[in-house]
Amino acid sequence: MTMETETRFNWGEIVRLGLLAAVIALSLNLIGLVGTFAGRDIIGGMVSVGHVFLFGAALGCGYIAAQRFSGGGAGNTLLGGLVIGLLSSLPLVVLVLIAEPLNLRQFMPYVSPALLEMLTFGQGQALGSLILIVVASVLGLIGAGIPLLPSRVRQPLIWGLAAVFLIGLLAEVIILAWGNQGLGLAIRRFVFAARGLSILGASLVFLIVVGLSAWWNSRGEGIKARVNALPPERQRNLRWGGIGLGILLLLFLPMFLRTYLTEVIDNVGLFILMGLGLNIVVGFAGMLNLGYVAFFAIGAYTMALLTPSEYGVAGLSFWTALPFSVLAAVLMGLILVIPVLKMRGDYLAIVTLGFGEIIRILVLSDFLAPWIGGAQGILKIPNVSVAGMELVKPEHLYYVILAGCLLALFVSWRLRDARLGRQWRALREDEDVAEAMGINLVKTKLLAFAIGAAFAGMSGAIFASKLGSIFPHSFNLMVSINVLCLIIVGGIGSLPGVVVGALFLVGLPELLREFAEYRMLMYGALLIVMMVARPEGLWPSEVMKRELRAGSEEPLPAGFVVSSAER
Amino acid sequence: MPMLEVDNIHTYYGNIQALKGISLTVEEGEIVTLIGANGAGKSTTLWTIAGLLKPRQGKVFLEGEDLAGYKAHEIVYKGVALVPEGRRIFAKLTVAENLDMGAYHRSDRAGIAEDLERAFTLFPRLKERRSQVAGTLSGGEQQMLSTARALMARPRLMLLDEPSMGLAPVLVENFFETIQEINRDGTTILLVEQNAHMALQVAQRGYVLETGAIMLSDTADGLRQNPMVQKAYLGME
Repeated sequence: MTMETETRFNWGEIVRLGLLAAVIALSLNLIGLVGTFAGRDIIGGMVSVGHVFLFGAALGCGYIAAQRFSGGGAGNTLLGGLVIGLLSSLPLVVLVLIAEPLNLRQFMPYVSPALLEMLTFGQGQALGSLILIVVASVLGLIGAGIPLLPSRVRQPLIWGLAAVFLIGLLAEVIILAWGNQGLGLAIRRFVFAARGLSILGASLVFLIVVGLSAWWNSRGEGIKARVNALPPERQRNLRWGGIGLGILLLLFLPMFLRTYLTEVIDNVGLFILMGLGLNIVVGFAGMLNLGYVAFFAIGAYTMALLTPSEYGVAGLSFWTALPFSVLAAVLMGLILVIPVLKMRGDYLAIVTLGFGEIIRILVLSDFLAPWIGGAQGILKIPNVSVAGMELVKPEHLYYVILAGCLLALFVSWRLRDARLGRQWRALREDEDVAEAMGINLVKTKLLAFAIGAAFAGMSGAIFASKLGSIFPHSFNLMVSINVLCLIIVGGIGSLPGVVVGALFLVGLPELLREFAEYRMLMYGALLIVMMVARPEGLWPSEVMKRELRAGSEEPLPAGFVVSSAER
Repeated sequence: MPMLEVDNIHTYYGNIQALKGISLTVEEGEIVTLIGANGAGKSTTLWTIAGLLKPRQGKVFLEGEDLAGYKAHEIVYKGVALVPEGRRIFAKLTVAENLDMGAYHRSDRAGIAEDLERAFTLFPRLKERRSQVAGTLSGGEQQMLSTARALMARPRLMLLDEPSMGLAPVLVENFFETIQEINRDGTTILLVEQNAHMALQVAQRGYVLETGAIMLSDTADGLRQNPMVQKAYLGME
């Protein structure tokens, strides 16, 4: 990795990192991220997400400095971190001092009295600025100190902090799911403050996670080794047991999550379904498709037209219309793939992008409006019903979506290791050689597009019935971009990666409403950070892991490559 | 009937004519070499035979059968395997997976296992590195892998494109010995090489290509004695 290069300690670099931290901290203030999130407490009354944005740069740059100068001696490194923190706070101090005299708020609307109050910790200009400088410096120092710790201390510490951050961030949601009776309420009052975790709760979470992580660090290897030493049959039973337990948990999930959270999970599920489809096209077969939303739209409109909706022509039930929706998407996938058979890379991306736009503009057009509603969309799409019972609540629809996702996961998983999966892999690696190996490129590409389109069509059909109405603007380019981002962030080509990516990019923003305004900014920043720090994704596939480890001579895990020729 | 007969093929890249009427034959069990400078059309000839490029005019016959109606992937089924120039292994896959991919179109497990053993006997290095990611192999090992991958298709005719490119001289010699061994086991070989010296040592016959057309054809010995070949391709005065 890039971080491994040891550089000699030098102050020029420290100053550069300090200035970088300063620029980041200042801009996060000016664009309002710090102010907007000041109310989102992680630890009630003490630390908010705004603070994380305010001081994250100092902490992060201190950390980077310490990594970069890993051979430079602890004293120097810590001092460097301190300086970075100090530098990062200086423009903020200037901001505090000049904001009111120059009436900055006129042209920088986010420099509000509330923000200035936060920057000075409510202690007035002089004392507040001093506190700001001290806090930033100390955090820079802490950032620089983290890499100096031995990993058996560092890892639990980082896990602990991450857990506190995450639970604090989602406190509102967790409280919502917790329930209001008896013991639950008592525990809740104890762990959570009015907003965020209570101090006690935060300490508790921190200690528990640190303990668990330390325990896993010391025992985890032993447990893994014991599991690996089991006879293959037992191992398989164990794995299936784990999968069974996971599915059981998924079945009872809505009961824990209640309506609002289940609704969020439902949306995540629709994106997982789309993500799994695009993952086949982009992740498995390596064909960049930027118009993926078109298949989602076709699934949704087919569902709307075949059921007794406003513009319904057939009056079918959801279950009868569903296969037709999927089929319509597949057909469209096949139609699209024919002109792009000979295209690769950028050209493919542009053509598919155009295709997505064509579909959106068609459904929006006045020309087709008499049949599909144009900009007014289609209303009164009936709900999904099972045995005469209408599934209205998110908790009920959850099972339809879960079934779809599990089916798509199963199909993807089986195909990945099957002959077709190998064809896709060869195609992704080198199209010409794949052909010279005897792979039928046309068939391989057709199948990738068709299966990818099928999942999106299914997702679109469920989406239409779930909302009860569809509008052209639901099918814009951003949906394609979102789906692409979630498979990249999750780890391209990885099935668990799709799930993780969807939870991260679709679930999280829905839970953090303040993010709405900054959603695109966050996506951009997240993608850049991911590509620099973890290009293989959050939960990478084995092949990706290998590719990115390729330079190092690290041996591969044993038993990891069993080719079918050897079986 | 010759194993391979190429009859007056003209191949184009867009509007640029790369082959201007190439004709050649390869008999069963032979090693035949195509030598020539950069851009003479050697690789294009192999790609046209493998079906990856379609000739605008002319025909390719495999054991008397016209290949014009077959797609590239179908030609593999007919027993023609290409070892492309620059190795072009699947860099992210392991050695074993690469070999597996070579046997992609076959379903006879026993035969595949047998061929895998044979590939590992020919290239013991690959056996040692079977679970290593192919992209991390050395140049020589990648060439071995590319060749072994083609062998996994159990071809009757193997098209070898510049196997010596970028190899250390000592490896080149080893490699050409292996090629002869593969040939002795019954695989007919059409070998494209810039290293005319080595190519003419292992081949029985050869063709000299220049700007898309065949200039000369003779036995390997005949070509080695030819003053023009000596001057232009063997570096002798």
